[in-house]
This record gives sequence, structure tokens and C-alpha cells, in this order.
Amino acid sequence: MEITGAELFVKALKEESVTTLFAYPGGQAIDLFNALYGEKEIDVILPRHEQGLVHAADGYARSTGKVGVCLVTSGPGATNLVTGIATANYDSVPLVCFTGQVPTSLIGNDAFQEVDIVGITRSISKYAVTVRKREDLAETIRKAFYIAKTGKPGVVAVDLPKDIQRAYGSDFYPKEIAIRGYKPNTSVHMGQLNKALDILRHAKKPVFLIGGGVNIAHANKEMTRLAELTGIPVITTIMGKGAIPTTHSLYVGNIGIHGSYAANRAISNCDVLFSIGTRFNDRITGKIEEFATAAKIIHIDIDAASISRNIVVDVPIVADAKKAICSLLEKAEPLSVSEWVNEINDWKKEYPIDMGRSGLTPQMVIKAVNEIFTDAVVTTDVGQNQLWTTQFLALDENRQMLPSGGLGTMGYGFPAAIGAKLGNPHKDVIVISGDGGMQMNIQEMATAVVYELPIIICILNNGYLGNVRQWQEMFYDRRYSSTCMRYRRSCEIDCNTPDHCCPEYTPDFIRLAESYGAKGIRVTKPADIKDALISAKQNTKTPTIIEFIIDREINVMPIVPPGNSLNDMILESEEHGK
Amino acid sequence: MKKRWICLFVENEIGVLARISGLFSAKSYNLDSLTVGVTEDSTISRMTISLTSDDKTFEQIKKQLSRSVEVIKLVDYTDTPIHMKEILFVRVNGCSDVDITELFRISKVFGATIIDYDGTTVLLECTQTENRNDDLIALLQRKFTNRIEIVRGGSVAVEAVSISER
Repeated sequence: MEITGAELFVKALKEESVTTLFAYPGGQAIDLFNALYGEKEIDVILPRHEQGLVHAADGYARSTGKVGVCLVTSGPGATNLVTGIATANYDSVPLVCFTGQVPTSLIGNDAFQEVDIVGITRSISKYAVTVRKREDLAETIRKAFYIAKTGKPGVVAVDLPKDIQRAYGSDFYPKEIAIRGYKPNTSVHMGQLNKALDILRHAKKPVFLIGGGVNIAHANKEMTRLAELTGIPVITTIMGKGAIPTTHSLYVGNIGIHGSYAANRAISNCDVLFSIGTRFNDRITGKIEEFATAAKIIHIDIDAASISRNIVVDVPIVADAKKAICSLLEKAEPLSVSEWVNEINDWKKEYPIDMGRSGLTPQMVIKAVNEIFTDAVVTTDVGQNQLWTTQFLALDENRQMLPSGGLGTMGYGFPAAIGAKLGNPHKDVIVISGDGGMQMNIQEMATAVVYELPIIICILNNGYLGNVRQWQEMFYDRRYSSTCMRYRRSCEIDCNTPDHCCPEYTPDFIRLAESYGAKGIRVTKPADIKDALISAKQNTKTPTIIEFIIDREINVMPIVPPGNSLNDMILESEEHGK
Repeated sequence: MKKRWICLFVENEIGVLARISGLFSAKSYNLDSLTVGVTEDSTISRMTISLTSDDKTFEQIKKQLSRSVEVIKLVDYTDTPIHMKEILFVRVNGCSDVDITELFRISKVFGATIIDYDGTTVLLECTQTENRNDDLIALLQRKFTNRIEIVRGGSVAVEAVSISER
């Protein structure tokens, strides 16, 4: 039977089991939306901005394990996706992004709303392609989904010119696809694995360093069993947090420039560093020349290009994290490393991550979230709010954290929560954001309200772009350049002394929530934290914004100053003490 | 730092050249030359890439190229016996009779051919290795300073069938 390209597009989505589509219409996508009209099997979600749209698809994909699917128009619709595509691709999130395009006959003519989105996204996507012939459409879409979700997951952009959408052609949609240049690794090299096990057998001070790869492969249970079987302590990156429950006795903490003292100390002193699914990003290694110098390093990663790029490893193993861990479970043996574990536990006791201060602190807010929301997805924005969340949020099989780890995209947290709630209607979905990041995609309040998504948005409001302000305080002589969110024209231009006389914050988040038909609560005292969260949990019809007014100059501690090794941490804030 | 050679089989599709060359610019990899042409299978193009890099960067370049969906196969020619040639055109302007005689002599030594000539301007063609062409260019630059124009085609390479050294 002959059908239009747009009809085939809808058929393809169904064949790929797409039930939620994040979509914003426009001139060059109107045929696709026409074909979607009245479609009952696909829930078409209309966010208020394409950046919010793509982050929502990202949050949906991360929290469900399915491919997130976006549909936008050409030109500005397509370019508004760019930040979200880079965000998702950097964190290996499977997305397929469809963009409308001007008709093939007009491509290259600087037509209205024409951009070369394939060219623009080439370096920030796993694959990007323009469909130039109607007969290629089905195979291209099949290929896009296959590439997005296999191997190291990533973003595929598919550009659909208007004439292709309207052209009639076959309704056939292939089930199987073979791409000669793309063969994701599906096995584990046993020789290399045995080498790794051999090194492990002789280890006196081994640690596991776990990155996002274990969460992406959904290998959390297996990872926990492997840690328990071997008795090896587990350190995670921000993306790897939750690989084993954070309450587990073998869990040490996060590594990195805001990692825990015990974790960074353990990395610097270990004799075997067994890493799985991390790319040794500069935010985790600190000064690279002094990273884990005493250790033999084993590195399992699905991406060969992530191995021996930043640090030289002794045993490289290219494999899927889950498959590799399962193979290890068959062969690994218990190690006698209790002395080493005790040593690490002493470090944990010596300098626990603890704000230990009075007043309303982010730590109190996140601890209350831990207590009240046991079955939840927690998204974070970027900056101090994210770092505090990675420090204090407890994770286990029922509680997941979604941060923008690699790209560090402000404005990610709230729209990602919309996607997470759509994908997990029965879970509580909480956003931990700052007052800066929340304003970067605040228009999505309308989306959350109209789709009746009772998301709980915790804004930690310090009236500053806090993370940059912290750096300015610590490393730039308190020169608070363009970081005060309460600044007005009438202020001193070089003010760095926030006090009670500062101008009112704008917007008023409570009235803003109310103007959208949502609920708004302001919390200024520790005693009110729990009541506010419980009241938000009871509001099941609309989103709730809880604005927590926190001290204006709280810092994220500890910190490894730029250029230092993980051994050289500043543990306590000078101004405030512990 | 060492001179490297890569033979790359890629999908013969729009945008593949941009993807490959874009990878080099995005990641700040040095690229000496890149040539591309369609193979006996019209759906596949073959690239010859020459570059100069250290071992670690070169490993990373190979991995990054290999993981591109459009790359079908990568062969490292750095230490394998290959034949490689580069086409070079040199236009020499303002030649006297003595110059022309000299150019014929040089051509003979370098295995170049004079392919065109109008009394004062001479066009040389030389299909040699990149190094040999470098030598010829250096010589001509010395002898005919500010009077030459150069068009280089970039190297193409193929595995040797009988020789064991390059």
C-alpha cells in the first residue's frame, strides 16, 4: 500500500514502541503533526520551548531506559534543540530527534527557516542524517533508533524535508537492520578479563571506580553483588552514583573535585583501580599527573575511545558494563581486604561530608527528601544545587538521580523532571534546582500544569549564581562579577557584601507558581522543611514550587582547587567554618 | 611525533567527508592531507589520510574514526609496505631559454613531465611520493624564487603486493 512519508513516520514510531513524543509544530513539520492528529497510541506532549522539549525527552529516556523522541520544525525549532542534543549525547542518553526541513528542492537556497541542522549537530551527535529520498525513509528511521540505543547510547538527528513527508511510497517498515560500519561490541574478551582478575587477586588495596556506564547498562544489582562477593569498596563518579545503594557499607562516596575526602584519599592510595564505565573526565581526576599513581588500572568501557585517553591503563577491556560484571561474577573471588576497608572507614569518619552549620541548609533539604520520598526520581540542575544533591542524596534501586553531568547544562533539571514524570507517573519526581537554573526553562511551568504533572520543584535560593560566586570568593578575591541575582541598577556595581538591605528577589517564585495555577511554598526555617515537602507530596494535581531561602554564601565543600591533585583538598570553608 | 598513514573505507554519502574532517578540527588533531575517491563498489569511498602525531594521539584518532557510524573499515598503513603517490603540478612563470633547458633537466632527474608550455610559462607534472615532491618543490623554489605556483593533490596509497619494505 502507498502511504505518505508523514504516515510512514507515525507507523515507524508505533513499530518502535514510542508511546510518548515530545513535539513542537511549525511550518515544515505540519504534515507530520497532521498525521499524528487524533492518534491514540502516541501521547504527544507540547512543551513551551524546544530546549525544554529536548531536556524533557532526555529525562524521559534516562528514567525509563527507552529512547526519547523529539519532533520539531526546521530552522529555529531545530537550532533550539542543540543544547539539549549536546547534553544528552555527552551523558550517553538515547534520543532520536526529528526535525522538519524545507523541501529538498529549496535546500541550500537560504529558504525561510532553513538551517543545516545535520551540519550543526554533526560534532554533538552520534549520527545525523537528512532523508533525501522517500524510499530511504523507513530504513533511516529504523537505523536511527538502532544506533541511538545500542552500543554507547547517544543522539541521532533525522532531518525530514517537507516533500519527503508528503511523498507517497511503500508502507514497509523493516524489523532488522544491518549497518556495515556500525557493530557495537557484544562480547567480553575473556583473556583480558582473566588478566584483570589476576591483578585483583594480588591486590591489597583495591577499589572499584564506577561511572555512569553501570547505571546506563542497568547493572546496579550485579554491581552490588560483585562488590559484596569481592569485598572491594566502591567509589562512584557523579554519573555513577547509585551503582550500589549509597547506604551500603562498601560504598565510600563520590570521587572528584567535590568528592568526599575518603573517596579521593582511597583513589590516591589504592594499589588496584578497577574502573567500569567512566571516561576519567577532568572533573574527577584533578591534576592528571598525580592521579592514582600507586595503582594498576583496569578499565572496562563500551567505548574503545574512552580507554587510555586521559589516563594510561594497564588492562583495557572493551565491553558492555553489565556483560562484563556478569562475567566477573562467575570468576571473581573474595579478597581479604578488611584492613583496607577499615582504613577507608576511618577516613570517612575523619571528614564526613557535612555542612554542620545552623540555619536552613541544602543538606537539611536533601536529607528530608531522602526521608519523605522513597520511590522517586530526582533531577538536578547545574551548579551548587547539583553538587549538594550528588553529595547528600541517598540512592538505591527505588531512587534515581538525573543530573546533566558531562555538559553541565543549566536549565536542565526542571524540564527533565517533566519527562521523568511522564515516564514514571507512579513515582514522586523532585527537582533540586537553583534560582538561576530554574529561570532558564521556567516557561515549562505551563507544560507541567497543563499535563497535570505534580512535580515537586525545590529551589535552593541564595540569590546568586552560587557555584561561580563560590569560585569568585575562593579564587578571585571575592570579585562577584555578574553573579548576583538580586542586583539592580541602583546597587553598587562592585558589591560583594550581601546583607538584609539587598533589593527584593525577582521573580517572586510563589506568585509565579500561582500565576501558572500551581502551588507555591516559601520556606525560611529548618522546622518548616518537612511540612512543605509533605504538603507538596499531597498536592497530586499540580506542580509545587518550594522556594528554600538559604544563606547567600554557602559553599560546596570539600573542594579540590583547580590544577590540584585529589590529595590537595580544601576541606572547610574559611568564612563559615564547620 | 611521527608521520602516519591511514586508509579509511567510508560510506559514499553526503556529509561523510565533513564528518571525518570535522572530527580532526573538533578534536584539534593535526591533518597533513586527505584524499578521497569512490571505489569499485560505488557505495563505498576510500580515503587516504596522512598526518603527523605522537603514539597516544594516533591511537585516539584511530578509535575516534572507527567509532563513526559512516566508517566501514580503517587500516593503519604507518608501518606496512605500501605504494603511495601524490600528483603535483608546478607552473613556472617568466622562463628564459636557459630556464627552460634547466627545467627539462630537472624533470628528467625527478621523473616529472613537462605537460604544457607557451614560450615563457612551463607546466610540470610530477607523480611521486610526497617526500620526493617536497624535494622537487624545494629545488624549484630555490631556482625560480617567486615565479612558481604549486598545486598538490594529496597522497593516495595502496598496500604493496610483492615488496616487504616501503
